[in-house]
Amino acid sequence: MIISIASGKGGTGKTSVAVNLALSIRDVQLLDCDVEEPNAHLLMTPKISQEKPVYVSIPRINEELCNYCGKCAKFCEYNALFVSAEKVLVFPELCHSCGGCTIICPEHAIAEEKHQIGTVRMGVAGNVHLVFGELEVGEPMPVPIIREVKRQIDKSKNVILDSPPGTSCPVIETVRGSDFCLLVTEPTPFGLHDLNIAAQVLEGMKIPSGVVVNRAGIGDRKVYEYCRERRIPILLEIPFQRRIAELYSRGIPFSLEMPEWKEKFQSLFDEIERYVK
Amino acid sequence: MKHLTVLSGKGGTGKTTITASFAVLAKNAVIADCDVDAPDLHMLLHPDVIETMNFKGSKLAVIDEAACTKCGLCREKCRFDAVSENFQVDPFACEGCGVCAIICPASAITLTERVSGQAYISKTKYGFMSHALLSPGESNSGKLVTLVRQNAKILAEKENADFVIIDGSPGIGCPVIASVTGVDVGLIVAEPTMSGIHDLERAVQLLKHFEVPPTVCVNMHDINKENTERIVRFCEDNGFGVAGRIPFNPVVTEAMVNGKPISEYAPRSDAAQEIEKVWSRILSALKRGSA
Repeated sequence: MIISIASGKGGTGKTSVAVNLALSIRDVQLLDCDVEEPNAHLLMTPKISQEKPVYVSIPRINEELCNYCGKCAKFCEYNALFVSAEKVLVFPELCHSCGGCTIICPEHAIAEEKHQIGTVRMGVAGNVHLVFGELEVGEPMPVPIIREVKRQIDKSKNVILDSPPGTSCPVIETVRGSDFCLLVTEPTPFGLHDLNIAAQVLEGMKIPSGVVVNRAGIGDRKVYEYCRERRIPILLEIPFQRRIAELYSRGIPFSLEMPEWKEKFQSLFDEIERYVK
Repeated sequence: MKHLTVLSGKGGTGKTTITASFAVLAKNAVIADCDVDAPDLHMLLHPDVIETMNFKGSKLAVIDEAACTKCGLCREKCRFDAVSENFQVDPFACEGCGVCAIICPASAITLTERVSGQAYISKTKYGFMSHALLSPGESNSGKLVTLVRQNAKILAEKENADFVIIDGSPGIGCPVIASVTGVDVGLIVAEPTMSGIHDLERAVQLLKHFEVPPTVCVNMHDINKENTERIVRFCEDNGFGVAGRIPFNPVVTEAMVNGKPISEYAPRSDAAQEIEKVWSRILSALKRGSA
């Protein structure tokens, strides 16, 4: 079973839920797909066993063959190529690696070369197999790294995917193919607004979802009304407690210090299993 | 005219709360919400939309079923796995590159423009606002951010505004890069947690990479004072100062629930007072030209 953890709004507690859930169930693989700001490994401190660079393909122009016709630049939807009278400029950070320029070039002057945009690391922390990716600072495109992280999915395990915030392409790439998505929100106007956008995305993708209300007790009751109206089940509430916030600030998953939460995360998992079946 | 971007790396550290207060404190500013896939600023500033424009940021491949011979070449050449076994294009996967259209032997594929969001120009009681909403699940948020910034700049020039204040999105990828390039100062809102420190370091690297002077404020600094001190030391070691330490105060959430910037809802609260200090420090740094 593949469970993704998403939210819309940032900082609602996705990683905290993902890590505590992973620590509370058996036979689990946790994949941190927030490759722009990966945090799960800070809470898990895994022993890294493998490291893998992630490359994308970018065009390399053979200037001896190129006659500067400009067809590649005209074709490229992302403006990653610029052709002047006697020079071709490649902008790797704009390239989506579609390979179209190599096909369109009438002179066969374009080949592809590798360009590193990040790294994927794998390791073990206790009973949890952890995979996390990291985008190199300055590189704009997280999606190829998310794909590489997801290539490590071991379907024989209980798989948990920690998604980046938002609702655009990196989130889609993360949740695609999950059996269930847990949406972590906080009971505030911002939390609700972004939960609503995320819920629409999941509906469009036909992925069943449930909600975790984090920092319950702050804000207002509108998230609860929304979930009731939209018939999205609220599967867990985590109260706003200074102790939980402080443990998190020190990088400690709260279920380790507050063992009663292990049972709650275990029953959360059982309930998701029932939904999926 | 000076451009300021509020960013954070980690989500939920308080960017929008702080930006909204800056909108109150700045007397002559244009506000730009560049968190286009989960924009929240409008819930505090209540903009009246004057103008709406469609955002055509990307294209989508469309297969003409009558002409398609199901040869499978498009499936083979598409690097985004966007063509299904029964030759349907998955709009979430398609990046609109056009490879399928040029290789299709039956010329059955065309690229169509898709509307992937809306951009708005609005009026608020605090000044003009440029914002947008990316359609859920769409890509190319960086291009939409660029459009929001262009709109803000045009507004600011027309209004002779002193500042463009930009609310960024979390992360360090394309929309964030589009939000910070070329601005005069980047204010990173950090929280004193292990994750917060890690993400702050990457956000600082990002600003340095794009040669944007960084400054930092610590939000909810009293959640972990030891970590706050680590952040202060980190900033000093990197040659810039901490512009403020905003305390945790439930009145901040209360202001949000009431749909108001904290600097308007509870201007005398310790949190609002500290935000005011951050704002005045940024102002004087901008005047000195050191930020």
